[in-house]
Amino acid sequence: MSSLSKAFTSSIGKKFVMGLTGLFLISFLIVHVSINALIFLNDSGETFNVAADFMGHNIVIRIMEVGLFVGIILHIVQAIILTSQNNAARPQKYAYNKASANSTWYSRSMGLLGTLILMFLVLHLYHFWWPTKVAVYTHQEHNTFQNIVMIFQELWVVIIYVLGVISLGYHLLHGFQSAFQTMGWNHKKWTPVVKTVGIWFSIIVPIIFALMPISIYLGWIG
Amino acid sequence: MSTGNMNLTLQVWRQKNSKSAGKLVDYKLSDISPDMSFLEMFDVLNEQLINKGEEPVVFDHDCREGICGMCSMFINGQPHGPKDLVTTCQLHMRSFKDGDTIVVEPWRAKAFPVIKDLAVDRSAFDRVIAAGGFVSVNTGNAQDANNLPIPKSKADAAFEAAACIGCGACVATCKNASAMLFVSAKVSQLALLPQGQPERYRRVQSMVAQMDEEGFGNCTNTGACEAECPKGISLENIARMNRDYLNAKFISEEEI
Repeated sequence: MSSLSKAFTSSIGKKFVMGLTGLFLISFLIVHVSINALIFLNDSGETFNVAADFMGHNIVIRIMEVGLFVGIILHIVQAIILTSQNNAARPQKYAYNKASANSTWYSRSMGLLGTLILMFLVLHLYHFWWPTKVAVYTHQEHNTFQNIVMIFQELWVVIIYVLGVISLGYHLLHGFQSAFQTMGWNHKKWTPVVKTVGIWFSIIVPIIFALMPISIYLGWIG
Repeated sequence: MSTGNMNLTLQVWRQKNSKSAGKLVDYKLSDISPDMSFLEMFDVLNEQLINKGEEPVVFDHDCREGICGMCSMFINGQPHGPKDLVTTCQLHMRSFKDGDTIVVEPWRAKAFPVIKDLAVDRSAFDRVIAAGGFVSVNTGNAQDANNLPIPKSKADAAFEAAACIGCGACVATCKNASAMLFVSAKVSQLALLPQGQPERYRRVQSMVAQMDEEGFGNCTNTGACEAECPKGISLENIARMNRDYLNAKFISEEEI
């Protein structure tokens, strides 16, 4: 195997891809939450729809969207490879393992949390991404805001979205700072800053996301 | 902390050899002194087993002073038991209560096959060291001791990494059976010092390649290794190893 491909197939190389794609997806979350927060202007989605239309039609954004899907798929594929290798590394499990004494449950459950996020993501894409794509390619008008309001009238949808972002929050709580550690960034002064920013990011972003279905369901926005 | 002697139930993993399946076997022990070490308690158990004509429990031990890295029991779900910064030989029975049931298992990892009962084969670590965990030194007269200036902070960090005794608790407790803490300590103790520089990037690449070949899992930064390490080896070492490895593979052009 060439040195170049070995760099990516080694354990550290695979984790590097995990961390890099993870940070890329975090940067997407910032864009996503910022644009969606425009619904809180409560102007019947006027400002939000302008932004949503731009995101749906702008050529640069649509090329970046392909990159986003590549990032998600790489993150998932690496996760599957890493998890199966990690399971194989301990064929015989412990009869009694007190893992809670040395690590947090969410740091040990990244695979489970990621799977929950993926399941949520399938529903989420079906709800919002698919209709906008159909509208773009059939050259129809699509009122994204109205679609949001319509979808969040169902209580079970709101509950699934809230559970989805809670999974995301815990996934980020470990993933954010973990990505920097994997990159080898460990600094006496900066690492505590990264950890604090990571914690606040993992709390604030999911709360803003969760407030969207909740406030629409309760009629605060509409 | 109990003062009187204790009665305990041990659930010990018994396994004939690496091929056969093992199982937990119950043993009752009475009149155990709280001042005994955990291994001395096992000595008492083994004497009883020998007197009864049964096979004694095989377990690794050597110096019994907490510095050799031979002892290796997974006690009540934690490597080296419930205390921080101690090896099994330095764990005393006063850390347990009268009437306790204690589960004792071997390190469990594909790369650490069970030899018998609680003894596992940790030669995978030796092969990782042999792959690059050394400095090549020319023969001849020893250099003057202070010939090479080393900042105090670096000397301290190298010393702290060198405190690793290679017991394998990090692998045992990691949910992925990853050896990153061990390998990173062995990479760091040399990478931090001037003597380690000529082979620095060759070393990290060789040792990581050997680590992967041995079948250890991949690190997910849960931090369990650092929490359980009897020598307090820090996760900073893992970051340093990642940094050196990525540097060698992606930034500078260091070939193996």
